[in-house]
Formats: sequence, structure tokens, C-alpha cells
Amino acid sequence: MRRATIVSATVLSAGLVLAGCGSGDDAGTGDGGDGPVTLTFQSLAFQPESIAANQQIIEQWNADNPDIQVEYLQGDWASVQDQLVTAFEGGTAPDLIHYESSYLQDFADRGWILDITDMVSSELRDDILGGAWEAVTFDDAVYAVPFLLDAQVIFANKTLLDAAGIPVPAPDDPWTWDEFAETSKQLTDADTFGVAWTLKDPANRMLNLALNFGGGFFEESDGASTVVFGDGEKEAFQRIYDQLYVDKSAATDAIGMGGSDPLPGFFAGQYAMLPKGIWFRQQIIDQAPEGFEWVTIPALKGDSQAQAAAPQTISIAAESEHPEEAMAFLEYMLNPENQALLAKGDWMIPASSAAAQDPILTETPDWPVAAASGEFLEQAPFQRVRGYEEWKNKVANPSIEEYFANSISLDELGTRLTEDGNEILERYNR
Amino acid sequence: MIMRGARTLATPAKYLALAAYLVFLAFPLLWLVSTAFKPPQEMALIEPTIIPENPTLENFRLAFDQQPLARALLNTLIIAGVSALVTVLLSIPAAYVMARYRSVVSRMTTLWVLLSQMFPFILVIIPLFLLLRDAGLYDTQIGLIIVYVVWSMPFALWMLRSYVAGIPAELEEAAAMDGAGRLRTLRDIVAPLLVPGVVAAALFAFVSAWNEFLFALVLLRTPELQTISLTLVKFIGAEGVARLGPLAAAALVATIPSLVFFAIIQRRLVGGMLGGAVKS
Repeated sequence: MRRATIVSATVLSAGLVLAGCGSGDDAGTGDGGDGPVTLTFQSLAFQPESIAANQQIIEQWNADNPDIQVEYLQGDWASVQDQLVTAFEGGTAPDLIHYESSYLQDFADRGWILDITDMVSSELRDDILGGAWEAVTFDDAVYAVPFLLDAQVIFANKTLLDAAGIPVPAPDDPWTWDEFAETSKQLTDADTFGVAWTLKDPANRMLNLALNFGGGFFEESDGASTVVFGDGEKEAFQRIYDQLYVDKSAATDAIGMGGSDPLPGFFAGQYAMLPKGIWFRQQIIDQAPEGFEWVTIPALKGDSQAQAAAPQTISIAAESEHPEEAMAFLEYMLNPENQALLAKGDWMIPASSAAAQDPILTETPDWPVAAASGEFLEQAPFQRVRGYEEWKNKVANPSIEEYFANSISLDELGTRLTEDGNEILERYNR
Repeated sequence: MIMRGARTLATPAKYLALAAYLVFLAFPLLWLVSTAFKPPQEMALIEPTIIPENPTLENFRLAFDQQPLARALLNTLIIAGVSALVTVLLSIPAAYVMARYRSVVSRMTTLWVLLSQMFPFILVIIPLFLLLRDAGLYDTQIGLIIVYVVWSMPFALWMLRSYVAGIPAELEEAAAMDGAGRLRTLRDIVAPLLVPGVVAAALFAFVSAWNEFLFALVLLRTPELQTISLTLVKFIGAEGVARLGPLAAAALVATIPSLVFFAIIQRRLVGGMLGGAVKS
């Protein structure tokens, strides 16, 4: 009898727990027949300030627009690709999707995101930098609104620069690559390397730097893309290689690093300079020991200071039942005032030219350098290449890592990037 | 004499190897604990220390403030607990039939259970997603529980089948001779002897569900339903940059329930594993 009671209680408990299990509908994602429209917005905001800015914007919108309510979904950079692909395939994608421009072409080809060319207001179109619009435009169709931009700069240990008598270059008079190489040698001694190039998954960064010397890596003919590796493409590779193995002014132990890995060496004075994205200011501020003095050095100049504009973007899912309402929210979310808030939260450059003048940004450390870097962002050829992501992951990243580890020659690298790479691209060109 | 000398040397070497292995196993956990209590500046030291110089609880405050950790833990506890319970309840009778009834169906089922273990997660994820969506179970905890039960059951079945096979059939025959029916034999003779196996299977199903990430990522969308593994990954940003302090604090909190659960049933588990290992 007692055992029967225990069994019954166990089964009953399981039933109660199962009954208590939630579903998404409990959270109110579904639309009622005559109720307000509910939009879902998946954000990849990562920094607490950025998450707070997103939520603040949405709360204000929801308060002002009772008929169009926006639900905030928190995504994450580490797994967003798998999650989005499955959601698109299964027809459960969020209405509004935060991601980055390099994935838009693929998503657009598969019909997953909406062409919003005719939905964008003239105010928003005029406010956002031309290079940023180019990065989200494919075959004359606009597939997202760009809003956050990154730019490559160099962070330097100010104490070491001062001790060596090296002045900090002004944004309108940046170092050339030659001057940078000389400075790096000057800062190198028994305890310090002049520079730490962190080159984990280096393809995007190297393709970006190659633009300084006119290296575009891809040529298009009759709608088909091929990889090229000429003098313009080789220049930045050769210069960094020389710093590592000829001048020995760059730390070889840093080439396998990514993320925040080089910070301990930077703070300890082992690396005098650290080339990174402008957003990295936040990491330095967060973790720098008391009294550590640092400065942001403008992007280097080769033939130009050109860099690829690879903005973070917000798209509307093609399957959204409320595209007009989604666009209305997008116009509000990415107005200049809100873009300034979002850019500050992520320590990045807003795509909005009006937002770039906002005091909440201009008062952040080294803002003139960040703003000046934004002026040289342009559409890069690789951003339009179908199959670029596969080429990058299967060929470029591993081969470039081998080159900088001094395992293969520059010619061998070129052979791999072009011959192996073109085999991949051929499949996409068919 | 030489043999004795070699033996004298071998014993300390064994202990040294054992100690090295224990340190190897414990070090990641030790580092996690250390990081959870460090301020950001100490994480960027060129010579990091295991014991924080200025220990702080700030990482825990940030972790709980910035992500709904408590809710995620509760969700995971419900999902993992129910998954383990259902897996065991379904596996016991199935394992008994597979072990005791040697028919073609039983053999085919055994083979199928083995084959089903060959499919990698990524291969089944989209079909599974479509099935659950069409059944109205997408973005529900019940949907995820069903998936976890289906995913854990083959291994649980194999484990329990081995335990059942290890129980001498003579015991059941003796019970039958004494007049016990099939159900009573199962309840009073087989079930008590299966306890260690049931504990091992339950632990396996619980821990698998507790740590699982990919299915939860794809099958849950609503923030209020998300599990701890989905919450932890939100401390990792673009380009591999992680907010290490809050991540370590949250990961430590997430590890505790598993450790407690394991500590409570560890003795039974070890006994259970040994019991099932050899068929007498």
C-alpha cells in the first residue's frame, strides 16, 4: 500500500512538473487576433552597456507605440549562425535580426531576408555613411540597415612611447607602414617587442589591411569571382612577416592569440603596440592596471588608409508577417540619437553621420582617432563574393596561420589561396 | 633484491602519477573557482595567481544582474530532472524485455538502439526541429524534454539491459515457484537489484541534459524558457572575447547542482557501474 502510494505520488509529481513546463506562448510571442502586433528582435549586444541601451530603446518604443510591441531576444555571437540557419529553415526566425554584413549575401540568396530598398526613409538613407550602405547592397537591393562600424587602429603603451621620445601621430597625419616598422624596431629591446600582431583566424584582418596597398583579393568577370594574389595583396603579408622574422620587432608568441589574450603582455610592457579594432578600447579600460597609460594610434597608411566597412546590421526576416511595422521600429531604433547610444555601448563607430557628432561619443577616450578611421571605410571586393565564408574558413585562415608561423613561403600561400580557393568559388559561380 | 628495489621505486612513482592525474583533472575547476573571485585587473596579470590577491564577489553580482541565471538554473533543473525521470521510467521495462526475451524483435530493437547512437547531433537537428515545430512543441520545455529522453534512452537502455542480464534468472524462477506473479517478481525481486543501474542511468540522463547546448539553442527561443548552457554563452562576444569574470562565476554556480547531485549518489553509482560491468 505504502509502495503504491509512493509510485502514485511519483507519477503525480512528474505530471505536475510537466504541466508546469513552459512554452513560448506563455511568454506572449504570439499575436492575438485584434491585439497589438508583436515583433521579435534578436540582438547580439554583448557588453552590459550595449544590452542596456538596446533594452532602453525598446522600452521607450513600446511605451510610445502600444499597437506595435517589440520583444527583445538575446542572441550570442558564438552560436548565432547555427541558430539562425535552423530558424530560417524552420520558419521561426525573429522579425528583426542583428548580425553583420558579411553574411547578408548568403542570406539574401537563400531568400531569408527582405529587400528593404523601397522601405528605407530618405532621412535614414541620407544619415548613414555611403560605404556602410554599399556593404549591405547586393545587385541594387538593400538587405539591412548598417549601424555599427569597426576600424583597425593601434593601441600603444604611452609610457614606452614617451621613454623612446616617439610622438603620437595625429589623426590627419598617420604613420606610414615604413614609419610604423621603424617605430616598432625602436621600441624593441631585451624586455619588449615593438608590436604584437594577434593573428588567430587572420583572414578578415589581412584582407582588410591589404586594402591599404590596393589589394582586393577577388576579381569578378561575367558574374564569376576568382581569387588573385598579386603585389597589392602580398605587401601587408610581407611587411608583417619581416617584423616577425627579419626585424624581430614583432612577438612571435602573439601570433596565435585572439580576443583579450595579448592584454597581460601589453600591460606588463612586453608588447609596446597592439593593432586591434577600435572596440578594443573597452577591454583595455576594463582590465588595465591602475596607472597604466595608453593611447590610440590612427590606422596606418600604405597607398591609402582604406579599410573594409563590415558593419553590424539589422535585417528584416522575409517570413515576417509585419514587415512595415518592423521597418517603422527599425527607423526609430537606428535614428541618430539611438545609434549614438548603441555605439557608445559597444565602443564602436556609428554608421550614422549625425550620431558621430553626439557628445556622448565625442567625449569617449581617443574619439577623434575613431572618427577619423571611420572616414576610410569602404566596400571591399571580398564582401560581394559568393563562397567567401567557405574560402575564408577552409583555405585562407589555416594557410595564413601557417605562413605567419613560418611554415610555408609567401608563394606557397599564394598558390593555396588562389588554386585551392578558386576550386571552392567555382562551385558558387556555377 | 633488485626486484624489491624496483618495487620500492614503483610505489612512489605510482602515487606521483596518480597525484599528477588528480591535479590534471582538478586544475580546470580550480582555475574556474580562482577566476570567479578575481577582479578584471588580476585576470590580465602576466604572472597570474591561483589565489586571488583581492578576492571579490563582484563577478557573481554581475553574472546574476546581467543574465537571468536563477531562472535558467530552475529551467535546467526541471528539464534535466524530468528528462532523467522519464528516461529511467521508460528504459526499465524496455531493458527488461530486451534482456529476458530473446526474440527476433528484441534483437532487431537492440541493433536499432545501437545504430541510433551513430547519428551525430548536427545531422538530425533540422528534421527534428521541423517535427517539433509541426507538433506544436517548438519553443516549449516539453519538446526539449522529449528530445533529451529520446537522445538519452539508447545509452540508458544498453546500461540497464546489462544490469538486468546480470540478475540471475533463477531468482525470478524461484519467485515464480513461490507463487509470485510477473509483476510482483519485477517489483519485489528485479527492481531492488536494479537500483544501482537505475541510479547510473538517471545520473547519465540528468548530466547529459544539464550540459546540453545545441538542441536547446535551436529548440528554445523565449528568454524565460532558456537553460543554463544558453545563458552562459551570452558572456562570450564577437572575436572570442569573453567577459571572463562573470562567465566563471556563472559557470561555477551552474556546476554546483551537478556536483551536489553527483556527491549524493556517488557511492551507489560506483557500486552500480561495477555491478553492471560483469555478467555473472
